[in-house]
Amino acid sequence: MATARGAYIARTAANWAGVIPFLAFTLIFLLLPTVNIVFGAFRGPDGGFTLDTLAKLFEPRLANSFWLSIRVSLFSAALGAGIGFLVAAAVIHGGLPAWVRAPMVTFSGVAANFAGVPLAFAFIATLGRLGLVTIILKDWFGINIYTMGFNLISFWGLVFVYLYFQMSLMILIISPALEGLKREWREAAESLGASGLQYWRMVALPVLMPSLLGTFALLFANSFGAIATAQALTGSSQSLITVQLFAQIRGDVLQDPNLGYAIAFGMIVITAIANSIYIVLRTRAETWQK
Amino acid sequence: MAYLTITHLEKSFGTTRVVRDFNLAVEKGEFISLLGPSGCGKTTVLRLVAGFEMPSAGSIQIDGRDVTGLRTTQRNIGMVFQAYALFPNLTVAQNVGFGLKVTGVARAEIDARVAEMLRLIGLPDLGGRYPFQLSGGQQQRVALARALAPKPRVLLLDEPLSALDAKIRVSLRQEIRQIQQQLGITTIFVTHDQEEALSMSDRVVVMNGGVAEQIGAPFEIYNRPATPFVASFVGSHTAFDALVVDPGTGTVTLGGAQVTLGQPMSGKAGSMVRLALRPEAAHLGRVAGCETVLDGRIAQVNFMGAIIRLTAMVGDTALTLDTFNRPDTPPPPVGSAVEISVAARDFITLGAS
Amino acid sequence: MTEQTLSLPPAAVGRTARPRRNAWRAMSWAVFGMGILYFALPLIGMIEFSLRKRRGTYSLDAYTSVLTDPQFQATFAYSVVMSLITIVLGLALVLPTALWVRIRLPRLRPVIEFITLLPLVVPVIVIAFGYLRMFNTSSFLPMTGTVTGTNVLLAFGYATLALPYMYRAIDNGLRTLDVQTLTEAAQILGAGWFTIIFRVMLPNVFTALLSGAFLTFSIVLGEYVFAALLDRPAFGPYMIWTGGNKAYEPAALAVIAFAITWGCMGLIQLAGRLFPHTRAKR
Repeated sequence: MATARGAYIARTAANWAGVIPFLAFTLIFLLLPTVNIVFGAFRGPDGGFTLDTLAKLFEPRLANSFWLSIRVSLFSAALGAGIGFLVAAAVIHGGLPAWVRAPMVTFSGVAANFAGVPLAFAFIATLGRLGLVTIILKDWFGINIYTMGFNLISFWGLVFVYLYFQMSLMILIISPALEGLKREWREAAESLGASGLQYWRMVALPVLMPSLLGTFALLFANSFGAIATAQALTGSSQSLITVQLFAQIRGDVLQDPNLGYAIAFGMIVITAIANSIYIVLRTRAETWQK
Repeated sequence: MAYLTITHLEKSFGTTRVVRDFNLAVEKGEFISLLGPSGCGKTTVLRLVAGFEMPSAGSIQIDGRDVTGLRTTQRNIGMVFQAYALFPNLTVAQNVGFGLKVTGVARAEIDARVAEMLRLIGLPDLGGRYPFQLSGGQQQRVALARALAPKPRVLLLDEPLSALDAKIRVSLRQEIRQIQQQLGITTIFVTHDQEEALSMSDRVVVMNGGVAEQIGAPFEIYNRPATPFVASFVGSHTAFDALVVDPGTGTVTLGGAQVTLGQPMSGKAGSMVRLALRPEAAHLGRVAGCETVLDGRIAQVNFMGAIIRLTAMVGDTALTLDTFNRPDTPPPPVGSAVEISVAARDFITLGAS
Repeated sequence: MTEQTLSLPPAAVGRTARPRRNAWRAMSWAVFGMGILYFALPLIGMIEFSLRKRRGTYSLDAYTSVLTDPQFQATFAYSVVMSLITIVLGLALVLPTALWVRIRLPRLRPVIEFITLLPLVVPVIVIAFGYLRMFNTSSFLPMTGTVTGTNVLLAFGYATLALPYMYRAIDNGLRTLDVQTLTEAAQILGAGWFTIIFRVMLPNVFTALLSGAFLTFSIVLGEYVFAALLDRPAFGPYMIWTGGNKAYEPAALAVIAFAITWGCMGLIQLAGRLFPHTRAKR
């Protein structure tokens, strides 16, 4: 009896031995720092519980930054999701040759990680004042986009650059879902007299909708937390909330050491909500694709 | 004039000819099966009739109208797929009513028609369910209802039972046939299962390598196969290599006995010819009317319930013999010597060996 | 409703059905073409710009300038070393865990998967901030007090960032391997745990390990926020600094970074080809 119990304990210990390092690591180096931030957001200058620090998030300067980040994220997510979806649909269902699909997916995989500094440089080199496309348009076609009001270092410039990894991420995620649209569905709809448009409107898009919306939420979160691209492209001219937080961490520019916690907490809440929406919709999509 | 006419139909994918010079005339209300192994072109013919593929040559006429150049949406056909293909985001009722909704039929009329179809397939209360909540058999019945709701001129079924369990397959095929006869709708049914084809159809088209090898009633196809392929694909048989003795009277030697088939045959005396014999045409012991007697030794006994399938060695050939189960007569044991009687006219000539 | 009783001549077969299909296809090509344009132009622009350093002609001057810059060499080397450490650390953490979850503790799977998703949910800058506050000189683990401590902290941060990708790569590899059945088969044949892990599992998930490693490498190399906030001489901050101070070198750097990422991708594909038995069946 005793040995059986001993064996059981030994076995349980062995079972857990493999995951202990991982759990310990993530506890100390992932969970605790995050929890620390969350608590810090509710801490006042004296160390006690207060909601004042959080209240400061709603003051114009920070509120505007949040709003700016949200707008950049909404637009880049919507455009990235919409255009990415069209590109993926064109390649998979649009009658293009079959060999296009695999390279597109591979490229999207690389492009989705091509965020940050190199991406900004690439766009500056292309559409900046001395960029390749800018010069070609000026010298060959006589179109000076900068005198026409275009500026890469701007809100829309940033959205435009973000599209690079947003669109590719969309293509990456929606391609399996698009491939999951069974050919028989389309043929059944045709045999019942539905036009292509009717099929997409009544069957294909509804089936894809959870994936589409879910990925939109994911793209939103993706854009919201991005900083390196913005730093490299717009510097501090666009006061995104990530840029603000960066400056605050670096040098307490907001004159309140606890404000950093509050900003970080606000960011966690927003990305957590967006990601939860993504996960819920993704599970929903999977039950339908069965 | 036939209701559905297929004339000189050809289809090639690249350099591969998948359908060659296919001709078929189907009467209104007829149930036709396209039977054959995978890759024989039967599904392609169906898809050509449906309009999912365009033929390389030939024409298709339905109800006097040439549909060859028409898109699927314009052909007014109903299609049932092997994988059911129900729209997962719509309820059963919405699925069944889909064909009516896209053509702009009034809501009340759609509801009435849907209710009627659900009654027809025996699932009147499942209108509000979603496809993923249904079993395979139920889904396929809903698919059938959906195809029939818009009152198509022709019903096409692409191996609809292949994805189902054996028991459901048998009951559903009876149901399909029953509904088809009730509605009197012209139907083409594709299958690789010869039991399905034989039991359901008015006529069967046996296909091989893109060509229709034989078209005829099940009884014809089974008992008078036109080619060696049809003889071997439909039903089982024992193949004999026999030595031609007299081509004029059709006398050959096989299994040590001399058999007169009674029909002249091609091939010279001394050449080998291949004959087929259905299992039910061989009888144990001496039977009146079966003059040819072969000597065999029982090699295997398969008791399948109502039928006992015996394998007996006749010379070098393993002859398959089916006999009905008789409660008072156990089958002969393995190794025993038996006499097997066959009527000469039951031998089917397959061609030169 | 017109009754067509004449059959169309063979040449005309399908003609009425084609125009609409062609219209869809033309639109698809147009959309695809614009997509290619958007993705390709920045890359072309980046390459072109990087060749423009010498006035009037194309040259590799920007590249020579970059590659001979001692700062480049130092930060690049630093990041490469960091990524290697991160890879080892990541593998050491994730591989046993992935294995254990599959074989011994399947009920822990949702928890583990949730944890590996956290670095994707919580923004990087927030995690970095969390590190600064948690491990500064006045906390229970004063890692930022020393240079070595900060370096270790950075490595831990990188490992945390790479966690989702590493776990997903290895988990996919194990899933296609059907670890459970393989383990049982090995056990029936008498293999001990050591043999099972090192002679049965590892060789089969090798490509998955490699792809996790390459992903980590490219993440660490381009990472900016962590390195900047912890004030370490990594490649990311160096690139930002170059962007603010030099004209043509940033483009050259971008080309180099992009080429390295593509190189990693290519190596992953190559590994998949060299070890075909580890490739997942689709």
